[in-house]
Amino acid sequence: MQNHFPLWKNIVIIVTFLVSIIYSLPNLYGDDPSVQISHTVNKLTQAQATDIEVAIKTTGATVKTFEFKDGKVVARLTNTDDQMKVADLLRDKMGNDYTVALNLAPNTPDWLRAIGAQAMYLGLDLRGGVHFLLEVDMDAAVKQAEERYNDDLRLALREAKIHYQAVTKDNGFIKVTLKSADDKTQLMEVLSKEFRGLTVTEPEADEQVWLKVSETEVREIKKSAVAQNMTTLRNRVNELGVAEPVIQQQGENRIMVQLPGVQDTSRAKEILGTTATLEYHLVDTEHDVQQAVSGHAPIGSRLYYEKNGSPILLDKRIIITGDQIVDSSSSSDDDGRPSVSISLNGIGASKMGKLTQISIGKPMAVVFIEYKNETRVVNGQKVRHKEKVEKVISVATIQGVFSKRFQTTGLDSPQEARNLSLLLRAGALAAPVDIVEERTVGPSLGQDNINKGMMSFIVGFALVVLFMAVYYKLFGLIANAALAFNVVIVVAVLSMLQATLTLPGIAGIILTVGMSVDANVLIFERIKEELNNGNTPQSSIFAGYDKAFGTILDSHFTNLVVAIVLFAFGTGSVKGFAVTLIIGILSSMFTAITGTRMVINWIYGNKHVEKLSI
Amino acid sequence: MKTTNINFIGNRNIALIFSGVLSLISIISLATQGLHMGIDFTGGTLIEVGYQQPADLNALRQKLDAEGFESATVQNFGTAKDVLIRLKLQEGVSSADLSTQVLETINKDMAEPASLRRVEFVGPQVGDDLAEDGFLALLYSSLAILAYIAWRFEWKFSLGAIIATFHDVIVTLGLFSLLGLEFDLTVLAAVLALIGYSLNDTIVVYDRIRENFRAFRDKSTEEIMNISVNVTLSRTIMTSLTVLLVLVSLFFLGGETIHNFALVLLFGVFFGTYSSIFIASPAALMLGISHADLMIPVKDNSDIAHLP
Repeated sequence: MQNHFPLWKNIVIIVTFLVSIIYSLPNLYGDDPSVQISHTVNKLTQAQATDIEVAIKTTGATVKTFEFKDGKVVARLTNTDDQMKVADLLRDKMGNDYTVALNLAPNTPDWLRAIGAQAMYLGLDLRGGVHFLLEVDMDAAVKQAEERYNDDLRLALREAKIHYQAVTKDNGFIKVTLKSADDKTQLMEVLSKEFRGLTVTEPEADEQVWLKVSETEVREIKKSAVAQNMTTLRNRVNELGVAEPVIQQQGENRIMVQLPGVQDTSRAKEILGTTATLEYHLVDTEHDVQQAVSGHAPIGSRLYYEKNGSPILLDKRIIITGDQIVDSSSSSDDDGRPSVSISLNGIGASKMGKLTQISIGKPMAVVFIEYKNETRVVNGQKVRHKEKVEKVISVATIQGVFSKRFQTTGLDSPQEARNLSLLLRAGALAAPVDIVEERTVGPSLGQDNINKGMMSFIVGFALVVLFMAVYYKLFGLIANAALAFNVVIVVAVLSMLQATLTLPGIAGIILTVGMSVDANVLIFERIKEELNNGNTPQSSIFAGYDKAFGTILDSHFTNLVVAIVLFAFGTGSVKGFAVTLIIGILSSMFTAITGTRMVINWIYGNKHVEKLSI
Repeated sequence: MKTTNINFIGNRNIALIFSGVLSLISIISLATQGLHMGIDFTGGTLIEVGYQQPADLNALRQKLDAEGFESATVQNFGTAKDVLIRLKLQEGVSSADLSTQVLETINKDMAEPASLRRVEFVGPQVGDDLAEDGFLALLYSSLAILAYIAWRFEWKFSLGAIIATFHDVIVTLGLFSLLGLEFDLTVLAAVLALIGYSLNDTIVVYDRIRENFRAFRDKSTEEIMNISVNVTLSRTIMTSLTVLLVLVSLFFLGGETIHNFALVLLFGVFFGTYSSIFIASPAALMLGISHADLMIPVKDNSDIAHLP
């Protein structure tokens, strides 16, 4: 039977159509400007949430909904002015330990959310925001490691009582010159035990050993330099109050940071550029804290504040500083209590060793210090200055003598342990980073881009639809239906994949609108040709689809190849273009070939037809 | 549209001379003037700001000069209210701070501060990487397509298609070079999309030539090509028209950032249509395509013959 689809084909097409409609629906609901409040460590309580709700009401902003869920508060507002007002108020009121983030909360109804339907993910060029590409200075990271090995080596030699004439750095080598060649075996033993990251070469001179940071170690160093910087950046970004930050490694030594909705780029740059360090101090237990609070700190001690705001008196002398911390990680100790393990470099280890020998049983505190670059308006002039912020992040009692590796316990929760180790790492010496690319899109331009993209889409679509209807009559209308179906599928797939939609991406959709009718043009022209050759309408339809199929496949495939290459090599917004192009090409083949055929079969199939409206 | 009967192949020399001259002009322009590369490839800083009223560009220039940004170029972007400031890469200046400084400079003593619309900063290393990736994308897509057509058709067609496509790319880039339009990442993406489109058009024609080679064994290669180009002519023009419709809409309504993107494709679709009608088939013809190249190999039936 010619021009008749089996039932299953009809069902597949219709189901695809329905599913696509459902999954593209969230895009119609739009989103609300909202403010999201969370605590950096703990969850918010109901009482705090109620306080926040009351505070928001005092601004006079119209609150659409107020939601308290998973220890977070989301307040939806009606416009961006109210959003800024509320955010400013809450930032002042809540203080540093809370994150107040601006966000666009989607209005997707619950039943759609329940089946996982979400609106398309808009790229920065459409929603506004900042994109940074940071490059980690790998050479500096390796140099730092060499420096560390150099120090550690001297210390190890001294500890092992190996006499050396010199330990020098030369051209990427650490050259050890011993006093006598006899100590060499002992040196080798130390090296194989404690310095596995170094490769050993033995030059002519007997009393010399040349060491080099091994290839695997260099790879490790580079890996951890990037990882450490990413951790630090995550912490910093949290401070900025960004709702959906993206921090990703790109290539070997670059980190991409995307902050949607951030408009104040200078502040973003300031915070990303913040440098942090930390210091270990002994706690001064001999003097009265309250006296210090009232302004009489004893000589040799200084008043600090803990995270919860309570004052604490610390000895002014620094035990070790953050750049002596090599690594830290959170875990649980033998009894399953949350703990943080810390490793120090050679110098740090020897200082820590000396101190702990004489201070068992005394409490020790970690002070986290940040140098923030801040721009402030003073007398109407913008003044940039560095601000030092100090905070005690941990106090623990020294339980025994330790040096290179030790653990801090007595933490309240695994989450706190994770946070502490993050902060320790953030304060540790990190490889320097540079901003090598910045792309900022202001909110007005983002909205402009959306409007312009929509406008050119609507006009382009209308023109094509009109053209097809006039030229191909009923067949043109069917092709138009397929075209609309195609757009729905593209939007649905983009929504399901949560692929980033960019302005070039919208251009890609518009382009596919123009190109996807190509398949129908090929088929319809072929049908016309068959009719001109004197074939019956039924067999012309059949032959038209049949013969055009191979051509469509070949011609669309080349387009697909180009789109895939573009996807592989493109970055950012260009990738967005490639994505929509790929989806558009694939779905247009489905709608233009199978979709139109189904409708044409319904209309013309299984009956006697005199003439086609083509 | 009635099927035409135009002697495209017989008059191929006219088209070839026209294209030859066009390509030559393009190549000369590309060689002497080159492309006006955007900051995506050269590195540098670009700042777009918007004002409520038409902006006074001279005042902005003076301000920037006074603060030591002599290399800055200031121009309108799209409308008189939008201003685009470009800065070259500067040695020793923390590039990330540059945009902040420029913004502070132009907002100094202004009643109405400019609203920041866009900042793009590309460091030299990133620019090199983007250029390299772009070149590789061009190379790999060409190779992949060459291989695909050679597999589906025949190497002479494959080469013919690449010649026609290169023609389109070179002429389009030549026009860009002549007009001094800026070449950035989105434009490069458009050039790649153009390669796909131009090939799409060419392949439809080739496909018909292949079919007709098999259908009309007694006709000459030239005749077959002419028939094929003519019967696909209405399709070629129809498709180009629908694509041109959306591109025109994109060009006029899509905004400044998408302007050059649409322009490349407008040029490209125009030349792509032209080349698939006038260039692709003569190219294959001159490479010596014949019936023999496209015959379906006669199936060896010896396996079946001795089956019971």
